[in-house]
Amino acid sequence: MPAKSLRFDAVTKRFGATLAVDHVTLMIEAGQFVALVGASGSGKSTLLQTINRLIEPSEGRVLIDDVDVAAGPAPALRRRIGYVFQGIGLFPHLTVAENIAIGPRIAGLPAADVPALLEMVALPPALAERMPDALSGGQRQRVAIARAIAPGAKLLLLDEAFGALDPVTRDALGGEIRRLHAQLGLTTILVTHDMAEALLLADRILVMAAGRIVADATPAELLAGGGGAAAQALVAVPREQAERLRAIAGAAA
Amino acid sequence: MSDFLAALGRVPPLLAQHVLLSAAALLLGIAISLPLAILAARRPHAGRVILGIASLIQTVPSLALLALFYPLLLWLSALVGGGIPALGFLPSLIALTLYALLPIIRNGVAGLTGIDPAVQQAAKAVGMTPAQALRLVEAPLVAPVLIAGIRTAAVWTIGAATLSTTVGQPSLGDMIFAGLQTQNWALVLAGCAAAAALALGVDALIGLIERGIARRRRWLWLGATLALLAGLAAATAPMWRSDDGNVVTIGAKNFSEQYILARLIGYRLTRAGYRVRYRDGLGSAVIYGALTSGAIDVYVDYAGTLWTGPMRRRDVPAPATMVRAIGDWTRASSGVASLGPLGFENAYAFAMRGDDAARRGIASLADLVAAAPDLRLASDLEFLERPEWAAVRRAYPLRFAKTTPYTPTFMYRALASGEADVISAFSSDGRIAAEHLRVLADPRHAIPSYDALLLVAPRRAGDAAFTAALAPLVGRIPVTAMREANYQVDRDTAKRTPEQAADWLARRLALPAPR
Repeated sequence: MPAKSLRFDAVTKRFGATLAVDHVTLMIEAGQFVALVGASGSGKSTLLQTINRLIEPSEGRVLIDDVDVAAGPAPALRRRIGYVFQGIGLFPHLTVAENIAIGPRIAGLPAADVPALLEMVALPPALAERMPDALSGGQRQRVAIARAIAPGAKLLLLDEAFGALDPVTRDALGGEIRRLHAQLGLTTILVTHDMAEALLLADRILVMAAGRIVADATPAELLAGGGGAAAQALVAVPREQAERLRAIAGAAA
Repeated sequence: MSDFLAALGRVPPLLAQHVLLSAAALLLGIAISLPLAILAARRPHAGRVILGIASLIQTVPSLALLALFYPLLLWLSALVGGGIPALGFLPSLIALTLYALLPIIRNGVAGLTGIDPAVQQAAKAVGMTPAQALRLVEAPLVAPVLIAGIRTAAVWTIGAATLSTTVGQPSLGDMIFAGLQTQNWALVLAGCAAAAALALGVDALIGLIERGIARRRRWLWLGATLALLAGLAAATAPMWRSDDGNVVTIGAKNFSEQYILARLIGYRLTRAGYRVRYRDGLGSAVIYGALTSGAIDVYVDYAGTLWTGPMRRRDVPAPATMVRAIGDWTRASSGVASLGPLGFENAYAFAMRGDDAARRGIASLADLVAAAPDLRLASDLEFLERPEWAAVRRAYPLRFAKTTPYTPTFMYRALASGEADVISAFSSDGRIAAEHLRVLADPRHAIPSYDALLLVAPRRAGDAAFTAALAPLVGRIPVTAMREANYQVDRDTAKRTPEQAADWLARRLALPAPR
């Protein structure tokens, strides 16, 4: 199965009088790893959730491989899209193995290869029969990733997926997602407010503010000072932190 | 102790009815509550209305809720041209079902709204349809909380089912009400113990199911469920025996004389080859309806009760005229046959302690008018609402210092202990003579006559063997004999059961020995 291309066609979402997403038109090529960066309330999660129809746009269309996502029933669409979010949402009454296998089970697909999926997310096979409440936060999020890719999804949506994790776990998980992205030939969209994370993981960075895409650049372009003022304001934070760390290290030496 | 063991012997058939009624009400309650709980959790506006109504039902006392369905079903039955039974299983089932709703809905809603939003988001995101999310995620997560609600409802239902006796549905309450009335504490205790054991057993088993599901122990909840089903089957086993519909149901109101006469009737019919069962403790207001509808086949009522009650008459003719008019009316209005007066009267009669009446110089209701403002009246539970009381007050402007309704036994106690000065006694009550009470005369004839009449349901009225078996009772029972039999049951020492008193009465009347 090839990776999925994605197109937003004047997508708009209003919540009452609030304009959360403002006529976003955008093309994402198959196989890209895109980071969607912005402050809280910039509309990035809302835009992401229009892809798997957890949110229906007020206007405009989202197309996957040139097919409107609104064309069929939402559950069938979601079974083809991996979605991992900050809340994790493992089913507390099901074992790790049952959680991972739920997608193929409800879709009537052949049973998931749980040991292989556990290996992909770097978890020991012995965890399969544990209950979610017996896992650490990082382990839970790895199970959630395994659950998301279990039905053979080629499109992976990460909605602040690492937001609640400690920095060490977060870094390790970021690296593994990047590896899975390559290994499985995924198209991945990562929503984050952390520009450093975006710069380190993504091929392409979109900056969102007030419901609009205000910058669209590669990490290299951003680090070279491109992408505009809003993007540079976000890039400045990790850059300054890095410089200060270097200065401290220099003083100590 | 042997009394208690003997009383336990009456448990099985009543337990069967009790379990069947409770189980049916609980299952129906669950079936209604589950969709309502889902609706209430999904739509908060509807939820407030649903929970509000369920809570409102819960505030109605269970006894009143049961009684409410009698007139309601009568009206409904009349509306659709008859056929809806207003007494017995149906009103009990409806009332208990309504009673079971609140705990199930409340726990169901609490369980559903208590599910982690992230889990619900995940269920959607992995592509579950709403039905799949309900079955695979919400139902298993809600189950422990929901089952706790079902458990509460089960205990409530089993407890409240004892009250269904009052609307003519057999239950363990039969033993409790009859025992309270005749002060047969062994019977009360046996009925209460059986109901309590049933409630505790069901509570424990549902508790095990709850724990088994919460802890994911399949064998535990499956085992407990099987035990519950086996218990249901075993408890209702007495009802599986073929009930050929040829069993005669003998009705009785809620006092000793009625219990005794019901047994006496039962002995006659048993001798004639009928199988009989007893429906004790029916309210005065519902028992005639039970006869016309065929829920009971035969019972004894009193001329004045029918005259002022279902016939709504206010005049007070001579007793013979009245008995004839009642016979004509029952036959014409519903096909009920009056086989005739038994020979004694059980009228409402105002009574005072003999010494007290003499000291105050009160011999009649007319004398009582002037003294009443200083006196306290104790009545039975229904007298103050009855037309006879209204008729008495029209004839004699009585204004008592205080009026308190009691169960008949406690009414006599109140008079004896001085808590009350005047009671609404019954003229055939053995305690009047035994306790030296003075019955006050009714010079203005406000109270109609209360000749005891033997009434037979329409479908038995044409059964010659049936009426022939009962005919020897007509005109046969003098008031002295009835009083003596009543007193054997009502007195405080050397009490007899209604069965024993009926045996005694049969011998006294020189009727063939019952057994």
